[in-house]
Amino acid sequence: MKIDPPQSRGLTAIDGAMALIVILLMVQIWLLSATLESFLAGHREAALPGAVVSGVLFLGCLALYLFVVRIDAEARKG
Amino acid sequence: MKLFRRPSSAPLWQDEFSVFTAGERYVNRRQFTKFLTLTSLAMFVGNLWILARSWFYRAPAYPRRVVARADELAVGGTRIFDYPAAGMSCILVRTATDSWVAYSQKCTHLSCAVYYAKEQDRLECPCHQGFFSIADGAVLQGPPRRPLPRVRLERLGGELIAVRMEGEGA
Ligand code: FES
Repeated sequence: MKIDPPQSRGLTAIDGAMALIVILLMVQIWLLSATLESFLAGHREAALPGAVVSGVLFLGCLALYLFVVRIDAEARKG
Repeated sequence: MKLFRRPSSAPLWQDEFSVFTAGERYVNRRQFTKFLTLTSLAMFVGNLWILARSWFYRAPAYPRRVVARADELAVGGTRIFDYPAAGMSCILVRTATDSWVAYSQKCTHLSCAVYYAKEQDRLECPCHQGFFSIADGAVLQGPPRRPLPRVRLERLGGELIAVRMEGEGA
C-alpha cells in the first residue's frame, strides 16, 4: 500500500521519538543499577538525587509518548 | 483515561488492530512506545523504592562479641566466625604481628564465600575470580562492584572483639 508523504513524515517523527525514549531508558536503567549498588554499599545519600533524576527521565519519556499518541491520532484521522 | 485515549473514534478493535498496513505501522509504534514508557515508570518506581528504604533505614544495633584471642592465630592465619548474627559468616585474618582485619565472607557479587589467599595477600572469591584488598576490602578485580563489608574490631587485653559492621547495605 502506498504511503502518502504526511503519513510517512508522522512515522519518521515517531521513530525519532522512540529512539529518544530508548536512550532515556538506557540512562534510567544504568541510574537504577548505580543507585542500587551505592545503596547496598551503605551510601544512602545517592538515593534522593537518583530518584529525582529518574523521575525527570520518566517525565521525558511520558512527554515523548504523548507526542507519539498525538502524531498517531493526527495521522490516522485523515 | 486521556493519557491512553484511542487515536480515533472508531471501535477499539479497529483502532488497535488496523487492517491497513500504514495504520498498522502507527499502531505497532504507539504500542511499543507505551511499553517503553511503562518500563521507564518501573525504573522510576525502583528508584523511589530505594529512596523509601534509605529514608526509613535504621542502623541495626550491633552486638559486641569476642571473636578470637589475639595470640590464637599465626600471621597469615584465618578464622571464620558468625557476626552479627548466626549464619552470617565473617573471616578474620591476622595480617601482621599486631594487625587483624575481618570482613563479611559473603562476596558482594553473588554471595559466594571468599577466602584468604596468603601468597597474594588478598581475599578471593572462587566463583568468578573476584579479588578484594585485604587492607580495606576494596575490589581489586572481577565482577563485584562493592567492597566487602568490614567488621570493626577492638582489642581488649588479649581478646579481639567485633563491635560493628561497616559498609553494609540496608
Ligand atoms: S560470587 Fe564472587 S565473584 Fe561472583
